[in-house]
Amino acid sequence: MSTQKITLAKGLNMGLRKAMEDDPKVLVMGEDVGKLGGVFRITDGLQKDFGEDRVIDSPLAESGIVGTAVGMALRGYRPVVEIQFDGFVYPAYDQIVCQVAKMRYRSKGRSPMPMVIRIPFGGGIGAVEHHSESPEAQFAHTPGLKVVACSNPVDGYWMIQQAIASDDPVIFLEPKRQYHADKQELDESTTLANAYPLFASRVVRRGSDVTVLSYGPTVKTAMQAAEAASTEGKSLEVIDLRTLSPLDMGPVLESVRRTGRVVITHEAHVNLGMGSELAARIQEQCFYSLEAPVLRVGGFDTPYPASRIEEDFLPDLDRVLDAVDRTLAY
Amino acid sequence: MSENATPGNRGEFGPDLGEVFGPHVADGGPELIQLLTPEGERKEHPDFSFGSDMSADEEAETIRGFYRDMVLTRRIDTEATALQRHGELGIWAQLLGQEAAQIGAGRALRPQDYVFPTYREHGVAYCRGVDPLNLLGLFRGVDHGAWNPNDNNFGLYTIVIGAQALHATGYAMGIQRDGAVGTGDPERDAAVIAHFGDGASSQGDVNEAFIFAASYNAPVVFFCQNNQWAISEPIERQTRIPLYQRALGFGFPGVRVDGNDVLATYAVTRAALQRARDGQGPTFVEAYTYRMGAHTTTDDPTRYRLSDDVENWKLKDPIARVKAYLTRNGLADDAFFDAVEEEAKELGHHLREGCKALPDPKPMSMFDHVYAEEPEELRAQREGFAAYLETFEGSHS
Repeated sequence: MSTQKITLAKGLNMGLRKAMEDDPKVLVMGEDVGKLGGVFRITDGLQKDFGEDRVIDSPLAESGIVGTAVGMALRGYRPVVEIQFDGFVYPAYDQIVCQVAKMRYRSKGRSPMPMVIRIPFGGGIGAVEHHSESPEAQFAHTPGLKVVACSNPVDGYWMIQQAIASDDPVIFLEPKRQYHADKQELDESTTLANAYPLFASRVVRRGSDVTVLSYGPTVKTAMQAAEAASTEGKSLEVIDLRTLSPLDMGPVLESVRRTGRVVITHEAHVNLGMGSELAARIQEQCFYSLEAPVLRVGGFDTPYPASRIEEDFLPDLDRVLDAVDRTLAY
Repeated sequence: MSENATPGNRGEFGPDLGEVFGPHVADGGPELIQLLTPEGERKEHPDFSFGSDMSADEEAETIRGFYRDMVLTRRIDTEATALQRHGELGIWAQLLGQEAAQIGAGRALRPQDYVFPTYREHGVAYCRGVDPLNLLGLFRGVDHGAWNPNDNNFGLYTIVIGAQALHATGYAMGIQRDGAVGTGDPERDAAVIAHFGDGASSQGDVNEAFIFAASYNAPVVFFCQNNQWAISEPIERQTRIPLYQRALGFGFPGVRVDGNDVLATYAVTRAALQRARDGQGPTFVEAYTYRMGAHTTTDDPTRYRLSDDVENWKLKDPIARVKAYLTRNGLADDAFFDAVEEEAKELGHHLREGCKALPDPKPMSMFDHVYAEEPEELRAQREGFAAYLETFEGSHS
């Protein structure tokens, strides 16, 4: 069995290609996804190989992209739509929360919505306004949707295929600053059937003092924090949540029962962010295991700032470690 | 530009608005396609005709059928309105006055075509074979849509204004990908019809649907019932040109048909659907009509429109003109009209008795069909609520 080193962008591209090969009903649609291969090149080469009927360059209208994808899903297709940047998903918000999320419910299960809405999300790329946002909580709050975030190349490869195979609509968040950052070995002997499940969180670093919950772009931050903390003799357990709706609390609760301390980190604003729900569930389900209040390290409750100061807005290694120190000192 | 400009004034950039709106075009203007006048006289049109492909007997039979369809549709509407007044429905969206627009469009469909309705398409639903009783469920509050959309190729009622225009366009794009357009096989080639109103024409989704449909040449007919009112807002608040003229700006043809003329609406819609099935792309049909009733049973149109207008439109009643035509030409006798009336009474009885018998859903059913694969957390909520209900004596969860 061969292995190859891939980036997240490559993993997603390969995963999309595999899904299109496996199921002729899978369509890719979005702005610039055709000849250009998407502004991040995630759909690179797909139109050349699968044709313009299956890899569809859309007019510049996000509600139109998602709304027509609803129609194609009703006709029996499995559309994978690309929203070019996180901040551009809002024109499609109505179609996503009123139609995509509710069609199965409204129709008593007769009209499924097997759709994937891919959104490059998060900051750190020095972009202009609306290109660095983290809208996950807005979708995780909506019944009928599932929301996942990949954090690494191998997960990107498998998770996109699993999301496409899901009969539920999936908001698929991709940490854009990781697209071309790190390479990982893809073991091609794994199959879709035995790959790590989509709606499952995963302990990515074992530790015993503090549990750090992360997803998407902050998994790397949390891992760096754990590495730095270890030099000071502090043992951090890092969990990559991977699925935000539903949350997979099993590994989280198991970890918190051992460590008694939790720091949650995400780029999204802390107010009513994923951390709020996680903190609520943790105190509901393992109150007596907690040694300290659950702490959240996230984007501040400001609009995303100008990019020259975005590193101050984003949770970084030092802010995570600061929270770790505070929870340990409690 | 002045809203009161004299008709015929041309400014530097074209006609003044007064040329487009005002009392002088209340009849729909010269562009209105009409094949049966309000007085029940047949009329010729250079581009559209009714009955040219049928024998005289078939033609008379078809027109009698339209009459029956419209009478039954009106009965569905009046019964449902009465049921709301009796407290059996929470609300009802009335179609009074729009029977010809809906029957003309509904009867132009083939079985393989697909309909994306608003929440007022009771006549089209009837044409598609949806039991009218099933329409009442969402207005009674027992479901969000009771029929299986794929049984009759009739989508569920869509309440967000205009959202379904995009679904229709996407569905039409799916038909293209299935190779079910432009093959020349009348059993295979399919079209989609998107229903919406004049108010929806202002929605972004409707305009985006026009753009997508034009861009991909999708086999979809945009069927707009311009009933002149979006709740309290008159058509002038939505548009400054006749709606059908907007189509040209999007790159496909638009026509204005007399929506109170079932023959013209049928002929125009049939041609537009065939154009779509043949692979010639989208068409915009503006069915020029009038909402004789209220927007819904909670609305009070006396607050915003003149009874004179309503009286004028009564003279254009879609059913009366067909009855006048059939009677005057000896194509239907009293026995026919009595039989239709009898049938309408039976339908009314079916709706009254059926509506009252519609069971309330079980509380636990709220948890059904949220997901294909139910998350653990939701399952826990479901089980927790079931256990909670069990603590009440005589609970019927």
